[in-house]
Amino acid sequence: MDTTNIAEMSGNIATIGYGLATLGPGIGIGILVGKTAESTARQPEVSATLFRNMILGIAFVEVLALLGIVAGLILT
Amino acid sequence: MFRLVATALTAVSPESDHGADDASEGFFGWLFSSGAFHPPTIQEFYPDAVFFDGTIFEVNRIMAVRVIAAIVLVAIFAVVASRARVVPRRGQALVEIVLDFIRVQVVEEVLGKKEGQRYLAFLTTLFVAIFFFNVTGVVPFLNISATALIGLPLVMAAWVYVMYLGAGVGKHGFWRYLRMSLFPSGVPWWAYIILTPIEFLQVFLIRPATLTLRLTANMMAGHLLLVLCFAGTHVLFFEATGAVRAVGALSLTAGLVFSLFEIFVALLQAYIFVMLSAVYLNLALADEH
Repeated sequence: MDTTNIAEMSGNIATIGYGLATLGPGIGIGILVGKTAESTARQPEVSATLFRNMILGIAFVEVLALLGIVAGLILT
Repeated sequence: MFRLVATALTAVSPESDHGADDASEGFFGWLFSSGAFHPPTIQEFYPDAVFFDGTIFEVNRIMAVRVIAAIVLVAIFAVVASRARVVPRRGQALVEIVLDFIRVQVVEEVLGKKEGQRYLAFLTTLFVAIFFFNVTGVVPFLNISATALIGLPLVMAAWVYVMYLGAGVGKHGFWRYLRMSLFPSGVPWWAYIILTPIEFLQVFLIRPATLTLRLTANMMAGHLLLVLCFAGTHVLFFEATGAVRAVGALSLTAGLVFSLFEIFVALLQAYIFVMLSAVYLNLALADEH
């Protein structure tokens, strides 16, 4: 049976890979910031420490998305 | 059944082909076929040499930007320090706010007053240097972050790497520091089978690698974003015809907004870099518990 192309897409598959790579860090940073906002509302007096911990956590999570950029540039 | 669907698709294909032709003559077809629009590529970060072409002292645009940023940084601090007064005036007050911020919010907060004193100069230098090298990405006529190419962040991260390993070895001695970082106390012995390789990778490879990549990739992405916005604006204003030109206003606004955002990112990345360095130093200096 001969195959028929119903849909065709051209371009670089790495763009889709990067889209997928942002999903996890996006959700992760969302949870991080949301929980920090929640904690600050409960206990405003420790907001400076919470903010610092949030920035540190974001830095660790964000690396995954940035690895997506770097991998896309290196492997293509 | 499948063949029927396929036949049906083939039957309508002349029409859909015609539709596709129309689309390629539309806006996007014009945009990518006109040759006027050059989307930014990785070549953006490998500009041609400007001075001393062909020698080992070859200077390209990014290297020149680095030198300019370093000279401006040193000049600002030299001028402010030579005119330092007890009651600060406006320029001095601004510099003092920055220095005070690093000392109180970062160094003493993470390392404590006593240990913080030893690493204050190192971490402050790191912060202002990284900020100045980052912010050249939005300075007109420089237009590229000095940290957007991996060399400079690599040197910075190597400096931090040597400093925290040195701090750990200096305080605990080589073997004890190795044991403390590879065999964290308070876990059952069989957990070391999994934990020790992870900790080894973490301390000796992942920490400096992520410090480097975080800074480089952030600055690189920011630069590509700005180039995309302004290249698009140029094409829409000067090459497009009719009502499409109005879209250029949108991309120009986006470019300006992202420029402001890049200033914020430059500050944030400098802060994160210094904060993580302080945390790594603190982990190296921590006592066994």
